[in-house]
Amino acid sequence: MRVTNRRPRLSDSQTISSQAMASHSHSHNPALLHHFATEEQQRNSASFGMWIFLATEVMFFGGLFCAYLIYRRLYFGDFAAASASIDAALGGTNTAVLICSSLTVVLAIWAAQTSRRAMLIAMLVLTMLFGCAFLGIKAKEYKDKFDEHHVPGATFSFEHEEVPGHPGEYANPRHAEIFFALYFIMTGLHAIHMIIGLGLFTWLLWMAWKGRFTPEYHTPLEIGGLYWHFVDIVWIYLFPLLYLIDRHK
Amino acid sequence: MTAHSDTEHGQHASLTGYFAVWIALLIGTALTYYAAKLDLGVFNAAVALIIATTKALLVALFFMHLKGAGEKLLKLVVVSTIFFLMILLALSMVDYGTRYFPGHLWS
Repeated sequence: MRVTNRRPRLSDSQTISSQAMASHSHSHNPALLHHFATEEQQRNSASFGMWIFLATEVMFFGGLFCAYLIYRRLYFGDFAAASASIDAALGGTNTAVLICSSLTVVLAIWAAQTSRRAMLIAMLVLTMLFGCAFLGIKAKEYKDKFDEHHVPGATFSFEHEEVPGHPGEYANPRHAEIFFALYFIMTGLHAIHMIIGLGLFTWLLWMAWKGRFTPEYHTPLEIGGLYWHFVDIVWIYLFPLLYLIDRHK
Repeated sequence: MTAHSDTEHGQHASLTGYFAVWIALLIGTALTYYAAKLDLGVFNAAVALIIATTKALLVALFFMHLKGAGEKLLKLVVVSTIFFLMILLALSMVDYGTRYFPGHLWS
Protein backbone atom coordinates (compact mmCIF):
# COMPACT_ATOMS: atom_id res chain seq x y z
CA MET A 1 0.00 0.00 0.00
CA ARG A 2 3.05 2.19 0.40
CA VAL A 3 3.08 2.76 -3.36
CA THR A 4 -0.28 4.49 -3.56
CA ASN A 5 0.89 7.41 -1.40
CA ARG A 6 3.99 8.14 -3.37
CA ARG A 7 4.38 10.67 -6.14
CA PRO A 8 5.04 9.29 -9.60
CA ARG A 9 8.77 9.08 -10.04
CA LEU A 10 10.63 7.21 -12.67
CA SER A 11 13.19 6.20 -10.09
CA ASP A 12 10.44 4.50 -8.11
CA SER A 13 10.44 1.61 -10.48
CA GLN A 14 12.69 -0.33 -8.14
CA THR A 15 10.53 0.36 -5.10
CA ILE A 16 7.20 -0.75 -6.51
CA SER A 17 6.03 -3.81 -4.64
CA SER A 18 5.73 -7.09 -6.40
CA GLN A 19 1.96 -6.94 -5.99
CA ALA A 20 1.76 -3.64 -7.87
CA MET A 21 4.15 -4.93 -10.47
CA ALA A 22 1.88 -7.87 -11.07
CA SER A 23 -1.19 -5.72 -11.69
CA HIS A 24 0.70 -3.32 -13.97
CA SER A 25 2.85 -5.81 -15.74
CA HIS A 26 1.15 -5.05 -19.06
CA SER A 27 2.10 -1.36 -19.14
CA HIS A 28 5.15 -1.26 -16.86
CA ASN A 29 5.13 2.53 -16.61
CA PRO A 30 6.24 3.56 -13.09
CA ALA A 31 4.74 7.06 -13.61
CA LEU A 32 1.26 5.53 -13.81
CA LEU A 33 -0.51 6.02 -10.49
CA HIS A 34 -2.27 3.10 -8.90
CA HIS A 35 -5.84 4.44 -9.19
CA PHE A 36 -5.73 4.96 -12.97
CA ALA A 37 -6.32 2.16 -15.44
CA THR A 38 -4.21 3.53 -18.27
CA GLU A 39 -1.70 6.29 -18.91
CA GLU A 40 -4.18 7.97 -21.21
CA GLN A 41 -6.84 8.02 -18.46
CA GLN A 42 -4.32 9.52 -16.04
CA ARG A 43 -3.33 12.19 -18.55
CA ASN A 44 -6.95 13.02 -19.42
CA SER A 45 -7.88 13.31 -15.73
CA ALA A 46 -5.00 15.73 -15.11
CA SER A 47 -5.85 17.98 -18.04
CA PHE A 48 -9.57 17.83 -17.17
CA GLY A 49 -8.75 19.03 -13.66
CA MET A 50 -6.64 21.85 -15.08
CA TRP A 51 -9.43 22.98 -17.41
CA ILE A 52 -11.83 23.07 -14.43
CA PHE A 53 -9.32 25.28 -12.61
CA LEU A 54 -9.01 27.52 -15.69
CA ALA A 55 -12.82 27.81 -15.72
CA THR A 56 -12.68 29.30 -12.20
CA GLU A 57 -9.90 31.62 -13.38
CA VAL A 58 -12.05 32.81 -16.29
CA MET A 59 -14.82 33.73 -13.84
CA PHE A 60 -12.24 35.39 -11.55
CA PHE A 61 -10.97 37.68 -14.32
CA GLY A 62 -14.50 37.86 -15.79
CA GLY A 63 -15.74 39.85 -12.79
CA LEU A 64 -13.02 42.45 -13.37
CA PHE A 65 -13.77 42.61 -17.10
CA CYS A 66 -17.44 43.14 -16.19
CA ALA A 67 -16.56 46.04 -13.86
CA TYR A 68 -14.37 47.47 -16.63
CA LEU A 69 -17.19 47.27 -19.20
CA ILE A 70 -19.70 48.98 -16.92
CA TYR A 71 -17.40 51.90 -16.09
CA ARG A 72 -16.05 52.21 -19.61
CA ARG A 73 -19.61 52.63 -20.86
CA LEU A 74 -20.41 55.22 -18.19
CA TYR A 75 -17.20 57.29 -18.42
CA PHE A 76 -16.02 56.58 -21.96
CA GLY A 77 -14.29 59.94 -22.59
CA ASP A 78 -12.46 59.85 -19.26
CA PHE A 79 -11.38 56.26 -19.89
CA ALA A 80 -10.10 57.21 -23.36
CA ALA A 81 -8.08 60.13 -21.92
CA ALA A 82 -6.59 57.89 -19.20
CA SER A 83 -5.87 55.08 -21.68
CA ALA A 84 -4.08 57.52 -24.01
CA SER A 85 -1.59 58.32 -21.21
CA ILE A 86 -0.29 54.73 -21.21
CA ASP A 87 2.52 53.76 -23.59
CA ALA A 88 0.77 51.49 -26.11
CA ALA A 89 4.08 50.54 -27.75
CA LEU A 90 5.22 48.95 -24.46
CA GLY A 91 1.93 47.08 -24.18
CA GLY A 92 2.18 45.91 -27.78
CA THR A 93 5.75 44.72 -27.26
CA ASN A 94 4.63 42.81 -24.19
CA THR A 95 1.88 41.13 -26.23
CA ALA A 96 4.47 39.95 -28.76
CA VAL A 97 6.77 38.78 -25.93
CA LEU A 98 3.97 36.67 -24.40
CA ILE A 99 3.04 35.18 -27.79
CA CYS A 100 6.69 34.15 -28.30
CA SER A 101 6.71 32.58 -24.82
CA SER A 102 3.58 30.59 -25.72
CA LEU A 103 5.39 29.27 -28.81
CA THR A 104 8.39 28.16 -26.75
CA VAL A 105 6.00 26.35 -24.36
CA VAL A 106 4.49 24.23 -27.17
CA LEU A 107 7.98 23.63 -28.56
CA ALA A 108 9.09 22.42 -25.10
CA ILE A 109 6.20 19.92 -25.00
CA TRP A 110 7.06 18.80 -28.53
CA ALA A 111 10.68 18.31 -27.47
CA ALA A 112 9.55 16.14 -24.53
CA GLN A 113 7.31 14.09 -26.85
CA THR A 114 10.22 13.44 -29.19
CA SER A 115 12.85 12.82 -26.45
CA ARG A 116 14.90 15.94 -27.21
CA ARG A 117 16.16 16.79 -23.72
CA ALA A 118 18.51 19.65 -24.70
CA MET A 119 15.78 21.34 -26.75
CA LEU A 120 13.28 20.85 -23.91
CA ILE A 121 15.58 22.58 -21.42
CA ALA A 122 16.42 25.36 -23.91
CA MET A 123 12.71 26.01 -24.59
CA LEU A 124 11.85 26.11 -20.88
CA VAL A 125 14.69 28.58 -20.25
CA LEU A 126 13.54 30.71 -23.21
CA THR A 127 9.97 30.70 -21.88
CA MET A 128 11.19 31.95 -18.52
CA LEU A 129 13.36 34.61 -20.17
CA PHE A 130 10.34 35.87 -22.13
CA GLY A 131 8.34 35.86 -18.89
CA CYS A 132 11.02 37.93 -17.15
CA ALA A 133 11.17 40.32 -20.13
CA PHE A 134 7.40 40.78 -19.86
CA LEU A 135 7.66 41.62 -16.15
CA GLY A 136 10.59 44.00 -16.81
CA ILE A 137 8.64 45.95 -19.43
CA LYS A 138 5.66 45.96 -17.06
CA ALA A 139 7.86 47.39 -14.29
CA LYS A 140 8.98 50.22 -16.62
CA GLU A 141 5.34 50.94 -17.43
CA TYR A 142 4.39 51.00 -13.73
CA LYS A 143 7.35 53.30 -12.95
CA ASP A 144 6.12 55.78 -15.59
CA LYS A 145 2.67 55.75 -14.02
CA PHE A 146 4.12 56.32 -10.52
CA ASP A 147 6.25 59.22 -11.86
CA GLU A 148 3.17 60.79 -13.48
CA HIS A 149 1.10 60.41 -10.28
CA HIS A 150 -1.38 58.21 -12.13
CA VAL A 151 -1.57 55.68 -9.31
CA PRO A 152 -4.92 55.85 -7.49
CA GLY A 153 -4.45 57.20 -3.98
CA ALA A 154 -3.60 60.35 -2.04
CA THR A 155 -1.15 61.75 -4.61
CA PHE A 156 -3.25 60.90 -7.67
CA SER A 157 -3.37 63.68 -10.25
CA PHE A 158 -4.99 63.79 -13.67
CA GLU A 159 -5.71 67.51 -14.12
CA HIS A 160 -6.20 69.26 -17.47
CA GLU A 161 -6.02 66.09 -19.56
CA GLU A 162 -8.06 66.54 -22.71
CA VAL A 163 -10.66 63.99 -23.73
CA PRO A 164 -9.52 62.60 -27.13
CA GLY A 165 -11.57 64.09 -29.96
CA HIS A 166 -13.05 66.82 -27.74
CA PRO A 167 -10.68 69.82 -27.73
CA GLY A 168 -11.01 72.00 -24.65
CA GLU A 169 -12.90 69.33 -22.73
CA TYR A 170 -11.04 67.91 -19.74
CA ALA A 171 -11.38 64.45 -18.30
CA ASN A 172 -12.86 64.12 -14.82
CA PRO A 173 -9.92 63.03 -12.59
CA ARG A 174 -12.25 60.99 -10.34
CA HIS A 175 -13.43 58.94 -13.32
CA ALA A 176 -9.92 58.59 -14.72
CA GLU A 177 -8.89 57.30 -11.29
CA ILE A 178 -11.40 54.45 -11.70
CA PHE A 179 -9.71 53.55 -14.99
CA PHE A 180 -6.28 53.50 -13.37
CA ALA A 181 -7.60 51.44 -10.45
CA LEU A 182 -8.91 48.85 -12.93
CA TYR A 183 -5.66 49.10 -14.91
CA PHE A 184 -3.50 48.36 -11.88
CA ILE A 185 -5.76 45.63 -10.48
CA MET A 186 -6.14 43.81 -13.80
CA THR A 187 -2.53 44.09 -15.01
CA GLY A 188 -1.30 43.51 -11.44
CA LEU A 189 -3.36 40.34 -11.06
CA HIS A 190 -2.08 39.25 -14.47
CA ALA A 191 1.52 39.97 -13.37
CA ILE A 192 0.98 37.86 -10.22
CA HIS A 193 -0.14 35.03 -12.50
CA MET A 194 3.04 35.51 -14.53
CA ILE A 195 5.17 35.28 -11.37
CA ILE A 196 3.37 32.09 -10.31
CA GLY A 197 3.91 30.78 -13.87
CA LEU A 198 7.64 31.51 -13.58
CA GLY A 199 7.67 29.53 -10.33
CA LEU A 200 5.92 26.60 -12.03
CA PHE A 201 8.37 26.68 -14.91
CA THR A 202 11.35 26.74 -12.53
CA TRP A 203 10.02 23.47 -11.14
CA LEU A 204 9.40 22.07 -14.64
CA LEU A 205 12.95 23.04 -15.63
CA TRP A 206 14.28 21.21 -12.56
CA MET A 207 12.27 18.10 -13.46
CA ALA A 208 13.44 18.32 -17.10
CA TRP A 209 17.04 18.74 -15.96
CA LYS A 210 16.74 15.54 -13.93
CA GLY A 211 15.35 13.78 -16.99
CA ARG A 212 11.91 13.08 -15.52
CA PHE A 213 10.01 13.75 -18.73
CA THR A 214 9.66 11.08 -21.39
CA PRO A 215 7.47 10.71 -24.48
CA GLU A 216 5.18 8.56 -22.29
CA TYR A 217 5.13 10.86 -19.25
CA HIS A 218 5.22 14.64 -19.56
CA THR A 219 1.84 15.57 -18.06
CA PRO A 220 3.29 18.32 -15.79
CA LEU A 221 4.61 20.09 -18.90
CA GLU A 222 1.18 19.96 -20.55
CA ILE A 223 -0.59 21.18 -17.39
CA GLY A 224 1.95 23.98 -16.85
CA GLY A 225 1.60 24.88 -20.53
CA LEU A 226 -2.20 25.14 -20.22
CA TYR A 227 -1.74 27.62 -17.37
CA TRP A 228 0.83 29.66 -19.31
CA HIS A 229 -1.40 29.84 -22.41
CA PHE A 230 -4.37 30.90 -20.30
CA VAL A 231 -2.37 33.80 -18.85
CA ASP A 232 -1.44 34.69 -22.45
CA ILE A 233 -5.12 34.72 -23.46
CA VAL A 234 -5.99 37.08 -20.58
CA TRP A 235 -3.31 39.47 -21.83
CA ILE A 236 -4.61 39.21 -25.41
CA TYR A 237 -7.84 40.79 -24.12
CA LEU A 238 -6.22 43.21 -21.65
CA PHE A 239 -4.02 44.81 -24.32
CA PRO A 240 -6.71 46.30 -26.60
CA LEU A 241 -9.12 47.00 -23.73
CA LEU A 242 -6.70 48.93 -21.51
CA TYR A 243 -4.13 50.38 -23.93
CA LEU A 244 -6.05 51.16 -27.11
CA ILE A 245 -9.25 53.00 -26.17
CA ASP A 246 -10.04 55.58 -28.84
CA ARG A 247 -6.44 55.82 -30.07
CA HIS A 248 -7.50 57.17 -33.47
CA LYS A 249 -8.54 60.59 -32.17
CA MET B 1 -2.84 2.23 -27.41
CA THR B 2 -3.46 2.61 -31.12
CA ALA B 3 -5.56 5.74 -30.60
CA HIS B 4 -2.90 7.09 -28.27
CA SER B 5 -0.07 6.76 -30.75
CA ASP B 6 -2.29 8.32 -33.41
CA THR B 7 -2.76 11.51 -31.38
CA GLU B 8 0.95 11.52 -30.56
CA HIS B 9 1.72 11.30 -34.22
CA GLY B 10 -0.71 14.14 -34.96
CA GLN B 11 1.03 16.37 -32.44
CA HIS B 12 4.46 15.59 -33.85
CA ALA B 13 3.42 16.49 -37.36
CA SER B 14 2.17 19.94 -36.38
CA LEU B 15 5.51 21.61 -35.64
CA THR B 16 5.18 23.81 -38.72
CA GLY B 17 1.58 24.39 -37.62
CA TYR B 18 2.85 25.85 -34.32
CA PHE B 19 5.03 28.33 -36.21
CA ALA B 20 2.13 29.24 -38.50
CA VAL B 21 -0.08 29.95 -35.46
CA TRP B 22 2.74 31.99 -33.90
CA ILE B 23 3.08 34.14 -37.05
CA ALA B 24 -0.71 34.56 -37.20
CA LEU B 25 -0.74 35.71 -33.55
CA LEU B 26 2.02 38.26 -34.18
CA ILE B 27 0.17 39.58 -37.25
CA GLY B 28 -2.99 39.78 -35.13
CA THR B 29 -1.13 41.86 -32.54
CA ALA B 30 0.12 44.28 -35.20
CA LEU B 31 -3.40 44.42 -36.69
CA THR B 32 -4.89 45.26 -33.27
CA TYR B 33 -2.37 48.06 -32.81
CA TYR B 34 -2.88 49.67 -36.22
CA ALA B 35 -6.65 49.10 -36.38
CA ALA B 36 -6.92 51.15 -33.17
CA LYS B 37 -5.32 54.09 -35.00
CA LEU B 38 -7.94 54.01 -37.77
CA ASP B 39 -11.21 55.83 -37.27
CA LEU B 40 -13.81 53.08 -37.61
CA GLY B 41 -16.46 54.96 -35.65
CA VAL B 42 -18.43 52.66 -33.36
CA PHE B 43 -16.70 49.62 -34.84
CA ASN B 44 -13.27 50.28 -33.26
CA ALA B 45 -14.12 48.31 -30.13
CA ALA B 46 -15.82 45.54 -32.12
CA VAL B 47 -12.82 45.10 -34.43
CA ALA B 48 -10.44 45.00 -31.43
CA LEU B 49 -12.57 42.34 -29.72
CA ILE B 50 -12.97 40.26 -32.89
CA ILE B 51 -9.18 40.21 -33.42
CA ALA B 52 -8.59 39.40 -29.72
CA THR B 53 -11.14 36.56 -29.81
CA THR B 54 -9.58 35.14 -32.98
CA LYS B 55 -6.17 35.19 -31.29
CA ALA B 56 -7.58 33.58 -28.13
CA LEU B 57 -9.20 30.86 -30.26
CA LEU B 58 -5.91 30.19 -32.07
CA VAL B 59 -4.12 29.80 -28.71
CA ALA B 60 -6.86 27.58 -27.24
CA LEU B 61 -7.31 25.36 -30.30
CA PHE B 62 -3.69 24.84 -31.34
CA PHE B 63 -1.41 25.69 -28.41
CA MET B 64 -3.73 24.27 -25.72
CA HIS B 65 -4.61 21.36 -28.02
CA LEU B 66 -8.38 21.79 -27.77
CA LYS B 67 -8.56 20.89 -31.44
CA GLY B 68 -8.27 17.14 -31.63
CA ALA B 69 -9.07 16.69 -27.94
CA GLY B 70 -11.13 13.52 -27.84
CA GLU B 71 -12.83 13.85 -24.46
CA LYS B 72 -16.33 15.28 -24.65
CA LEU B 73 -16.14 16.11 -20.94
CA LEU B 74 -13.33 18.58 -21.60
CA LYS B 75 -15.25 20.29 -24.38
CA LEU B 76 -18.24 20.53 -22.03
CA VAL B 77 -16.08 22.37 -19.47
CA VAL B 78 -14.85 24.85 -22.09
CA VAL B 79 -18.31 25.49 -23.54
CA SER B 80 -19.88 25.93 -20.09
CA THR B 81 -17.08 28.30 -19.05
CA ILE B 82 -17.83 30.54 -22.02
CA PHE B 83 -21.57 30.18 -21.34
CA PHE B 84 -21.26 31.31 -17.70
CA LEU B 85 -18.88 34.14 -18.63
CA MET B 86 -21.48 35.34 -21.15
CA ILE B 87 -24.20 35.20 -18.46
CA LEU B 88 -21.99 37.32 -16.21
CA LEU B 89 -21.13 39.89 -18.88
CA ALA B 90 -24.30 39.98 -20.97
CA LEU B 91 -26.83 40.06 -18.13
CA SER B 92 -24.83 42.71 -16.25
CA MET B 93 -24.60 44.88 -19.35
CA VAL B 94 -28.30 44.40 -20.13
CA ASP B 95 -29.03 45.62 -16.61
CA TYR B 96 -26.73 48.67 -16.72
CA GLY B 97 -27.53 49.40 -20.36
CA THR B 98 -31.26 49.74 -19.78
CA ARG B 99 -31.25 51.74 -16.53
CA TYR B 100 -32.13 55.39 -16.49
CA PHE B 101 -29.86 57.46 -14.27
CA PRO B 102 -31.25 60.95 -13.61
CA GLY B 103 -28.37 63.38 -13.85
CA HIS B 104 -25.06 61.68 -13.40
CA LEU B 105 -24.37 58.48 -11.54
CA TRP B 106 -22.24 58.68 -8.36
CA SER B 107 -20.98 62.17 -9.10
